[in-house]
Amino acid sequence: MTGRARLVLRSVAPFLVALPLLGLLQGALPSYYSFVFINIAVNVILAVSLNVVNGFTGQFSIGHAAFMAVGAYTAALVTTGMETFQVAGLPLGASDAVIFFVALVAGMAMASLAGLMVGTPSLRLRGDYLAIVTLGFGEIIRVVIENTRVLGQATGISGLPAYTNVVWAGMGVVATVVMARRLLLSTQGRALLAIREDEVAAEAMGVDTVGWKVRAFVISAAFAGLAGVLLVHKIQLVTPRMFTFVKSMEVVVMVVLGGMGSITGSIVAATLLTVALESLQAADQYRMVLFSMLLIVLMLTRPSGLFGTREIWDAAPRWLRRRPDGDAT
Amino acid sequence: MNAPGTPVLEARGVVMRFGGLTALTGFDLSLRTGELVGLIGPNGAGKTTAFNALTGVYAPSEGEVTVSGRRVNGLRPHQICELGVARTFQNVRLFKELTAFDNVRIACHAGSRSGFTSAWMLTPTHDAEEERIRQRAGDFLAVMELSHRRDELARNLPYGEQRRLEIARALATGPRVLCLDEPAAGMNASEKVALMELIRRIRDQFALAILVIEHDMRLVMGVSERVLVLDHGVTIAHGRPEEVRRDPKVIEAYLGDGKLRLRPPRVAEEGAP
Repeated sequence: MTGRARLVLRSVAPFLVALPLLGLLQGALPSYYSFVFINIAVNVILAVSLNVVNGFTGQFSIGHAAFMAVGAYTAALVTTGMETFQVAGLPLGASDAVIFFVALVAGMAMASLAGLMVGTPSLRLRGDYLAIVTLGFGEIIRVVIENTRVLGQATGISGLPAYTNVVWAGMGVVATVVMARRLLLSTQGRALLAIREDEVAAEAMGVDTVGWKVRAFVISAAFAGLAGVLLVHKIQLVTPRMFTFVKSMEVVVMVVLGGMGSITGSIVAATLLTVALESLQAADQYRMVLFSMLLIVLMLTRPSGLFGTREIWDAAPRWLRRRPDGDAT
Repeated sequence: MNAPGTPVLEARGVVMRFGGLTALTGFDLSLRTGELVGLIGPNGAGKTTAFNALTGVYAPSEGEVTVSGRRVNGLRPHQICELGVARTFQNVRLFKELTAFDNVRIACHAGSRSGFTSAWMLTPTHDAEEERIRQRAGDFLAVMELSHRRDELARNLPYGEQRRLEIARALATGPRVLCLDEPAAGMNASEKVALMELIRRIRDQFALAILVIEHDMRLVMGVSERVLVLDHGVTIAHGRPEEVRRDPKVIEAYLGDGKLRLRPPRVAEEGAP
């Protein structure tokens, strides 16, 4: 094998491994469990992408649901608009896949554009301004949608094609985790960590703090958009009520609970919370009470989150660990 | 690379005002490659303000700062850093939760050409860049005698090593001018001497111009070629250490604050009223 081929293979390896596994899983899971799986996947994407801003870079964004909404609505317009189309020369299934892929890309692009618009002015300032602005943006987006006829106002858009399946959602997770992990192991990621640790010192060491903060924020917004697209193409409905402040806080809770800056922490926390919320369905109106109690207990026992800034394998015995600055996976 | 003797950092008539308070007036400085200049003065004299004005933390209210002849007023600190001015901080500002190695690696980022995409795709450029940074960071840790602390968190290092790590980090940005804000603060006498030796050595090894803020007059007088004395934001003396030491204005500034630390008692006797 030539060096070049090996390099290409290394960069796409996680996807090549995940694809057949997800295909098998898709066939094996009964429909309720595949619904739960997709729910988990969406929340993992949200938590890991928010971790890039809140955990790696140390900023505080509380408007992740807004970028989800931008992605979801953009993709909804694309898929409903193209539902009757079939890409020439392709069978129906493949044509749908192409359309959905286009919708995903469009959703991510619009979400990152929104991220750029929100991030550029507010990230010039230090401190809590980002929280205030993202909170405001979340409300603005919701109000705008509720008053825009094309977007279905308060009733939203229903009858979206059910494109999202275990494979799509799983690949979304793989893409998000690969993005975050490779970022963390690169010089770009270290620039983000430097900003979290000490912004003044980072700036003095040649890190363009505003530039990197905006870039991290835009990337994070793009993946929030991805999560939004995946979610609405499973439940086949998009309404403004799905993207309220409560949803944003849910994601923040996942990140804090998993440990700021820990990718595996976000994954575990997002999974646990999704399963908890799902299994507490039976408890009906006591659901949120139990949920809150769970959070209080966890915060009392593990104040810096499940993993802190560490990853899950840092807890493994020494001989199992990777080298500290090992090659990117 | 500048030939020895070319001014790399110049300040002309720099004034820093904060509302009604003028913290620094008419600050002039010309720093040449290979020089080690001391900046001294009593507490609150404006030493750190001068540093901040030079490194872009503050934009000077008046006057001009140039790096290798290029005007840098109003540039952001990271841009000035890229032009070759690196600094340390009075109260150590390391990236505490990261390892010593990562602290230095972050500073190696300056001038790096690889972006997010190459990090995601794991391109050959990215690999080469990471390898270059690994090498470079290891070298600078070695220069500052910190190789044994490579994988320790910065916050767990002893104080003196934290100060050295800060210098290693500043060096890793590839500066032509190094500004050290009280590098010996909190060290004992023998540590201070060792540190000053080290500072001289890196100056020669990397062909740097070094500006040092220091409280310990004896120390600064011992290593600097020139000394600049600030008091209440005004440059009250400027010249060779032995000249400055005898300057009545300098003695008064220090005596007035009850902070005379000139050890050779002869000096105090001569200058005392």
